[in-house]
Amino acid sequence: MATTASPRILTAPRTKPRVRTDPALVRWALIAIGGVFLGLFLLLPLAAVFANAFAKGATAYMAALREPEAASAIRLTLLASAIAVCLNVVFGVAAAWAIARFDFTGKNLLITLIDVPFSVSPVISGMIFVLLFGAQGWFGSWLAARDLKIIFAVPELIPVMQALGGEEEEAAVTLGASGWKTFFRITLPNIKWGLLYGIILCNARAMGEFGAVSVVSGHIRGLTNTMPLYIEILYNDYQFVPAFAIASLLTLLAVVTLVAKSLVEWKTERQAAEHDSVTEEGL
Amino acid sequence: MILTLKKRSVLPGFGLALGWTLLYLCLMVLIPLSTILIKSASLSWAQFWDAVSSPRALASYRLSFGASLVAALINAVFGLLVAWILVRYRFPFRRIVDGLVDLPFALPTAVAGIVLTTLYSPNGWVGSRLTKVGIKVAYTPLGVMVALTFIGLPFVVRTVQPVLQDLDVGIEEAAHSLGANLWQTFRRVLLPELLPAWITGSTLAFARALGEYGSVVFIAGNMPMRTEITPLLIMTKLDQFDYAGASAIALVFLVASFSLLLLVNVIQRRQSSLPVLG
Repeated sequence: MATTASPRILTAPRTKPRVRTDPALVRWALIAIGGVFLGLFLLLPLAAVFANAFAKGATAYMAALREPEAASAIRLTLLASAIAVCLNVVFGVAAAWAIARFDFTGKNLLITLIDVPFSVSPVISGMIFVLLFGAQGWFGSWLAARDLKIIFAVPELIPVMQALGGEEEEAAVTLGASGWKTFFRITLPNIKWGLLYGIILCNARAMGEFGAVSVVSGHIRGLTNTMPLYIEILYNDYQFVPAFAIASLLTLLAVVTLVAKSLVEWKTERQAAEHDSVTEEGL
Repeated sequence: MILTLKKRSVLPGFGLALGWTLLYLCLMVLIPLSTILIKSASLSWAQFWDAVSSPRALASYRLSFGASLVAALINAVFGLLVAWILVRYRFPFRRIVDGLVDLPFALPTAVAGIVLTTLYSPNGWVGSRLTKVGIKVAYTPLGVMVALTFIGLPFVVRTVQPVLQDLDVGIEEAAHSLGANLWQTFRRVLLPELLPAWITGSTLAFARALGEYGSVVFIAGNMPMRTEITPLLIMTKLDQFDYAGASAIALVFLVASFSLLLLVNVIQRRQSSLPVLG
């Protein structure tokens, strides 16, 4: 597949990785350099979120989360991203079905178009919706989130669907199953892990979206503040502990997303292995 | 009509799936994007030129493109190295490190922004040590670079990794047994194979860095002419209700990032038309 602009879809190839035996000095030197780089850029920030959130103890942390404004930000974020995720899942499955199962004119153009929101600056996409709907109101904040987030469900599904091949569905249709029956009995069970990860990632992106939502929502406290916007307000007020307390929730969500990704990769690998062995037995 | 567009298949649902996809794309992507063009068109040519070439806009392009380029180069070097050690070597916690590489994708940019600022500000964990040697990171262009490096980190790793994984280690061993040293093997055998993916990954990191807003606004300090990135300038113009001016700058920016996307597609098409070794 012409890879999309979203590298996270590149699930690890299924061939067994080949291990090299370079001189130990070279090997460990390279691992050390890579480790220091990743430690400095990934591990340190991750640790710092929690260190800052608990800087004044667990009571201050809990108090920050119990603020009514925090609660309303969390509520709006959950509601907005739930709507965005639902819309995008329907789109994602439809687009993946069209792209992975059929050959048609303009397919590459379609793939490129799906990638567009990914490469457009969030500020610009937020601005687009301001231009379109004029009003900066609570309506906007979930609208912006859903424009972007779709896209994360789709790329995850296309490779999964392609890898599984269309034979099972073709067999079902040939045997007389209806289209929807085929979809619910064959396709959905097959793609469920990819779909699940797509949904989790889509949700994480929607809940964490900042630039686009920031333009659209109009920052009405307690009404149109999502969690990332609330973090910004707290941080600019020098309320570091509450800011990092909310941030730690989103960070936990990010970590859950990463764990889910690893699990899904492992599951699809196993599923593909089973699939292969079944096909081989059949031959 | 649609039936003539696609190749024959026994599977149903093509019309429904493609129709829904196109409808959604139009509503969510195409129509919204076209509003930028329409809004920019409300300016005369001279007004448009004034908006996109004001000194403040030019300074923001310089910072956005410059910092994104440096960040993409840093990621190109270290991303390749990380992909290499993840694929070719075995070490403790390898799976965890592999998973962690995606953190910048999953972590909200605002969280990344406040955490990096806290770390690199003059009294932060890293910043306080750097200040002693006279390096100021937060609230300078250097800080913008740090944030952009963070958010672009997974791109190179994740595009190079699968290609590297599919490369047969036997080729490298063959080169080695024919007398090539490590550097020659890398330069003559590996690099030509990895180059398309490497360039693609770096370009994606660059494109992503260009549009980044959330993490940069915190660490940059946002001084006009000095540490103001283009997305922030667009935001400022929107806050002043200068919608046409914002659209004009956004248009310039969109053209730049679409050109990059196109470049990536061209590279990938060449890559897939190359004969595959192994």
